[in-house]
Amino acid sequence: MWYYLILAGFAGGLIGGMGMGGGTLLIPILTIFLSISQHLAQGLNLLVFIPTGIIALIIHAKNKLLDFKTFLFIIFPAIASAIGFSFLANSLDEQVLKIIFGIFLVIIGIIMLIVAIKNVIKSKNKLTDKLGV
Amino acid sequence: MPKKARILVRIFFKNANNFNMDTQKKQRALKVFILLLAGTLIGAVNGFFGGGGGMICVPILLAVGLSNQKAHATAILTMLPISIASVIVYYSSGAINWEYFLWLAIGSVIGGILGALLLKKLSNVALQFIFAVLIILVGIRMFF
Repeated sequence: MWYYLILAGFAGGLIGGMGMGGGTLLIPILTIFLSISQHLAQGLNLLVFIPTGIIALIIHAKNKLLDFKTFLFIIFPAIASAIGFSFLANSLDEQVLKIIFGIFLVIIGIIMLIVAIKNVIKSKNKLTDKLGV
Repeated sequence: MPKKARILVRIFFKNANNFNMDTQKKQRALKVFILLLAGTLIGAVNGFFGGGGGMICVPILLAVGLSNQKAHATAILTMLPISIASVIVYYSSGAINWEYFLWLAIGSVIGGILGALLLKKLSNVALQFIFAVLIILVGIRMFF
């Protein structure tokens, strides 16, 4: 089991490191391929983010990329609602949470697809501008 | 310039200045309101789904005027305390396994470093496309 877990963590970390949302991939890998319960997969994903997040933050702080002013406005309501909704998720039946998570993934995927298509069109336009076509 | 005209000009500019300050204040208040609302949404998504808050946080930070790099960095800064708070709740409900965590963390740190390095070399649009399709398929698979 342990090497599958390293592999799953690697896949999630790889996507996360590219800035595409590693957690959205790691959670379904854990539930679909490793038969881990939806609640445990979500808890593990949250926990795994902490060490990777700290490492990334140290690098970003050195490069002075952190905007603390904006952060201060977001963080307080965010922590409050995170605690509330974590309790809500943990009070739900596993199958229900799994289906809601699936819907969430489909919506996120469709938004990403639209953004990707827009980017393709944009880069094509730039290319034709350059070529003068 | 006659005295009256001068006074009029002065009043006009003073008011114009006031008007500018008002709109500036309004814009700031709106920005703060958006950020508070965004925080609530980010916390809700990340707490409920155990992840994915960053995907909402980055576009919001871009929308309020942060640069791409700063938006990504500040999103991680935001996600860290939220995740810690959520982990405490998940732990209290028994949804944490320390042995699984250890193996996942090892893979994740290695993958994370490699991903950050690869980011500079790979074409982003193609990757976005593949990832989006993958996420949709995986999402549908979750229903069964």
